[in-house]
Amino acid sequence: MNTQFYKRKERLNLFQKLFTKVDKTDLKNTQDSTPLMCPSCNTPISQYDLKVHLSVCPNCNFHFSLGVQERIAQLVDEKSFKELYRSAKSNKINDFPEYQKKIAKAQDSTGLQEAVTTGIAEINGKTVALAIMDARFIMGSMGQIVGEKITRLIEVADKKKYPLIILSASGGARMQEGILSLFQMSKTASALARFDEHGGLYISVLTHPTTGGVSASFAMLGDIIIAEPKALIGFAGRRVIEKTMNEQLPEAFQKSEFLLEKGFIDAIVHRKDLKTTLSNLILMHKVSS
Amino acid sequence: MTQKNSAWQRVLNARKTDRPKALDLIPYLFDEFFELSGDRAYGDDKAIVSGLAFFEGIPVTVLAQSKGRNLEENMACHFGMAHPEGYRKAMRLAKQAEKFNRPIVCIVDTAGAFPGKGAEERGQAEAIASSLKLFSSIKVPVITFVLSEGGSGGALALSVADRLYMLENAIYSILSPEGFASILWKDESRAQEAAELMECTAYDLYAKGIIDKIIMEPTEGFENNKSFVITAMKNEIRNDLSALRKLKTSTLLDQRYKKFRDIGVKI
Ligand SMILES: [Zn+2]
Repeated sequence: MNTQFYKRKERLNLFQKLFTKVDKTDLKNTQDSTPLMCPSCNTPISQYDLKVHLSVCPNCNFHFSLGVQERIAQLVDEKSFKELYRSAKSNKINDFPEYQKKIAKAQDSTGLQEAVTTGIAEINGKTVALAIMDARFIMGSMGQIVGEKITRLIEVADKKKYPLIILSASGGARMQEGILSLFQMSKTASALARFDEHGGLYISVLTHPTTGGVSASFAMLGDIIIAEPKALIGFAGRRVIEKTMNEQLPEAFQKSEFLLEKGFIDAIVHRKDLKTTLSNLILMHKVSS
Repeated sequence: MTQKNSAWQRVLNARKTDRPKALDLIPYLFDEFFELSGDRAYGDDKAIVSGLAFFEGIPVTVLAQSKGRNLEENMACHFGMAHPEGYRKAMRLAKQAEKFNRPIVCIVDTAGAFPGKGAEERGQAEAIASSLKLFSSIKVPVITFVLSEGGSGGALALSVADRLYMLENAIYSILSPEGFASILWKDESRAQEAAELMECTAYDLYAKGIIDKIIMEPTEGFENNKSFVITAMKNEIRNDLSALRKLKTSTLLDQRYKKFRDIGVKI
């Protein structure tokens, strides 16, 4: 009992500093709303608590998917984010049944144009090329516009010699765009090969969830790969595997901690430490002339 | 070019059990094929058969996704669905091909990368991602034929090539029509409907500018006239090797980059 109390108190202290950064008016709006269930430990958490804790479960440390706007607020220097390719949209890209409606709905509910937001920002004064995926937008799936925006950003990072940081959150390739979305995997990977050859630094941050065609392309190609705690990361879907294997998979399967143990990621970093970690890593790659 | 058959008919054709597999073609496409095994890290994956051979006197590296021709072979090669060690073997041999300046010929024929516990534990996503990256910059000509089934990232891993061909009845898709139907309508039995919607035939991919050419199949069926297709494949390999081997490495790589960079819409 006692240790649990101290742990909680410790966690609260950790977040106290960050609390001041949270928009107060925004918080008021969340105060009366219904609590969310943590998908990892099934504890109900008020939206207010969640917001205060950077969308991390105060009970089990599960890192909830984060919207782009919140992520930018947590990660980059204030007012430093300059968005690129904001006008690129998938509206009218094809006439796959219900797809256009789905896009419009996602745009409406997220205020975003697409599942990835790209731009240039500063992290503790260092300029970086930054891509942030948002799982709320059609499961963060990668269609042609997502692939193109990421590729363009890699090319900018290459040309300007900026470190590249991509925060992935995606269910994989976007099935409504079929084969053309599959080939966004080879497009982004090809661009990264060039960036790599020219000595560019790419830090990949895997957030919940990173699976399918995104994990099997740019997400797994970082010079350094960091994951948030307890994020789902993998290639094939759990149900597909269980069907093939005819057995139940352990709870920890395809989680960040599992990937760390198997040797596929470098580190697991708590959301509150992510900015400092990225900032330090960039400094460690400073090329001396 | 236009297509007469329905997409579903092509799916059925591509999956015919008596349709020739990579192992049926290798002895006719190449001479003195010598199999090379293992990824030097974990094991040897029979879902990708690889080795050295001569193509009309020119040494080449062959990387072929291989489905079995009977149950025993299919058990050994997991029905042609590769594990990470399969992709890592292919990468090892691609780097070796680069070292000895040997062109690479790939055959794609898989329903997808193997969806299993071991495959995930050994990094299926990492293996496919690394393969895409490596083949985009390997400094020798790469020619890929999609023989029958090109399923998802598992097929894409061997598709980053200077020339990409599909046989007339081959299909290439983001996931199987069954998987597509089950996600879209929660009903696997609507696979036929899904196939028509998915634009997964060689004609569809040609129209989208993804593949360079369709390798036509004889009216009596590929399985009844193998040599028709083999002759056509050899013609392409011969022409491509002659053209691609003349290119400066930087030109070869620039063209390959552009080929994959240009797929899909631009902003
Ligand atoms: Zn929790």
